[in-house]
Amino acid sequence: MPTHTTLAATGNSVVAEAMRQCKPNVMAAYPITPQTTIVEEFAGFVAKGKTDCEYVTVESEHSAMSACIGASAAGARVMTATSSQGLALMWEELHIASGMRLPIVMANANRALSAPINIHCDHSDIMGARDTGWVTLFAETAQEAYDNTIMATRIAEHPDVMLPVMSCLDGFITTHSIDRVSVMDDESVAGFVGEYEPRNALLETGTPVTHGAFAGLGGPYFEFKKQQREAIENARAVVSAVGAEYSALSGRPFGAIETWGMDDAEVALVVIGSTAGNARAVARHLRADGKKVGVVKVRVWRPFPYADLAAALKGMKAVAVLDRAESFGAEGGPLYLEVRSALYDLETRVPVVGYIYGLGGSDVKLELMERVFSDLADIAAGTAAPAGLVYLGAREEA
Amino acid sequence: MANLKELTHREDRLAGGHRLCAGCGASIAVRQVLLGAGEDPVVVGCATGCLEVSTTIYPYSSWKTPFIHNAFENSAATISGVEAAFKGLKRAGKIPADKTMKFVAFGGDGGTYDIGLQALSGAMERGHDMVYVCYDNGAYMNTGIQRSSATPKGAWATTAEVGAAQQGKIQRRKDLTQIMAAHGIPYVAQASISHWKDLTTKAEKAFAVEGPAFLNVFAPCPRGWRIPSSQSVEIAKLAVQTGFWPLYEVVDGEFRHTVKVHNRKPIEEFLRPQGRFRHLFSPGNEELLAEIQGDVDRAWDRLMARCPQA
Repeated sequence: MPTHTTLAATGNSVVAEAMRQCKPNVMAAYPITPQTTIVEEFAGFVAKGKTDCEYVTVESEHSAMSACIGASAAGARVMTATSSQGLALMWEELHIASGMRLPIVMANANRALSAPINIHCDHSDIMGARDTGWVTLFAETAQEAYDNTIMATRIAEHPDVMLPVMSCLDGFITTHSIDRVSVMDDESVAGFVGEYEPRNALLETGTPVTHGAFAGLGGPYFEFKKQQREAIENARAVVSAVGAEYSALSGRPFGAIETWGMDDAEVALVVIGSTAGNARAVARHLRADGKKVGVVKVRVWRPFPYADLAAALKGMKAVAVLDRAESFGAEGGPLYLEVRSALYDLETRVPVVGYIYGLGGSDVKLELMERVFSDLADIAAGTAAPAGLVYLGAREEA
Repeated sequence: MANLKELTHREDRLAGGHRLCAGCGASIAVRQVLLGAGEDPVVVGCATGCLEVSTTIYPYSSWKTPFIHNAFENSAATISGVEAAFKGLKRAGKIPADKTMKFVAFGGDGGTYDIGLQALSGAMERGHDMVYVCYDNGAYMNTGIQRSSATPKGAWATTAEVGAAQQGKIQRRKDLTQIMAAHGIPYVAQASISHWKDLTTKAEKAFAVEGPAFLNVFAPCPRGWRIPSSQSVEIAKLAVQTGFWPLYEVVDGEFRHTVKVHNRKPIEEFLRPQGRFRHLFSPGNEELLAEIQGDVDRAWDRLMARCPQA
């Protein structure tokens, strides 16, 4: 059994630690706030000889992902980290990494996208990369960020998946706050992730392979995409199996969604990332007053756990979905759209209301969560209809 | 350095049967460069472009050596990642410590002078043990002859048209070889498919040095230059003889003119056989022609001043 050590550490610091423990052969990364301390800590490991990883300090995020793709195709275990504008600059390469079926692991410190420029937390970066074909995990806490990084390595390299995996943690809130984290010993992590056995690697020179061939002119582009869809569907079972195995090792439960108070809840709030803590804190107070409220946190964003959400939210009198990202021109944010879709096949319609909150690090106060639960109580009582999209906590005049 | 007979015994790593045009300078450049790679296994990276699309039409591949295409602007970054993997896997004991390999990235002038310049500069600065080869045909040929920063002044291109108000490309071309020399990397050279011995020798040197090397290879495009397929090598020769494309190398910062040109021909001899320059010989463009000759002369003088034995 592993040795567990409890630390007071930031999310970024334990992500860097998890990456070191997973023994990557190549890290190629470019600094961007608030990801920087991941790549700085990793540089420290390199300087101290605590990793035999080749660390490539590229000149842009586009080159970071390009070098990761080259290194992964070469047969290496590859990791990187980015945020916001950096993820946006990688966008072209995100599709290529998944299309070439390369099991790269990347941490993303969620941060708002320009303009206006803003360095604080929201999810517009990852939501912009929603359809790039990456398996995407979300952390609420530094602990989850640590755990997700380790699980990501196993999920990415699973022969039924072979897709890149992104592990998201909220900028500053999770990346920079000191939190209580339990880390495992190096040997246990190395044993859990195992050795990467690449197939068709460029460096297997005895059997030369061509990566990145041209599939146009009536070629099998369409069929390749179908295989990619099959791979990310396979990831559902793999995420679940890897999660169960990791839970046994770590003693911490893992599921595609995490529920609180849902056994007898009448209304529920669905949320992703660090805000889940705020939601639970308020829900706990309301429970003390006898209000039957619940919270559902989504930990796996892609593949999206539609069935889990439908099962958890079935029979609710009202559901609120909190989005820390916009999808301008759509009915609501990306999470709202997914949750509504997850509930579509239920026999009894569940009223769902969407909230946009916390963009650009706009403060997520407990009063805002109270307001959401109060709206839900009104809807459940039939005294108010779902309000349409709500900009939660936005000042009247900025 | 290998003589012609020895070179004929080396394995051709780019197989015939690919779909590049007859007379394409790119495939000639690739074959000559790879002849210089010696016996070690070579991983080839290639930017999006004619060379890539014509040699890797799935499920076929012309590459008898490990090959990767990623995107347009990142051939240098991609191969830098492959080279990093080689180092990392060696350190992890997954590749024997004594194994030797070569890494080469190819890109056209669009993928190198323009959109890939940053990735190239970064890879060279980081000191990867790799060779970057630009096959320079002076325009975006794969997308249909649009002007690049390597397109010569006065050349017609589909985005540098010829009409009453404009006579082809207005700007001078970028001198990428000098930019790469300014990176202070161990080896930089300018070569041409018309001078195979000079090119393969430079490729051998580029692969032999430890650290990054850059080759800029003049590679005519019959389709884009509006010349017969049979004339690629002849035109490339004229580029050298007129001083439009001097053949030189920069070894650890020292410039050396590798193929001397004793009686430099007028630039007209390079321009006249090419349809892309036809308008330059219409009445009224005499001044522009003189200006182009002046540009070539000045660049030549500057270069010769840096080559001590010239």
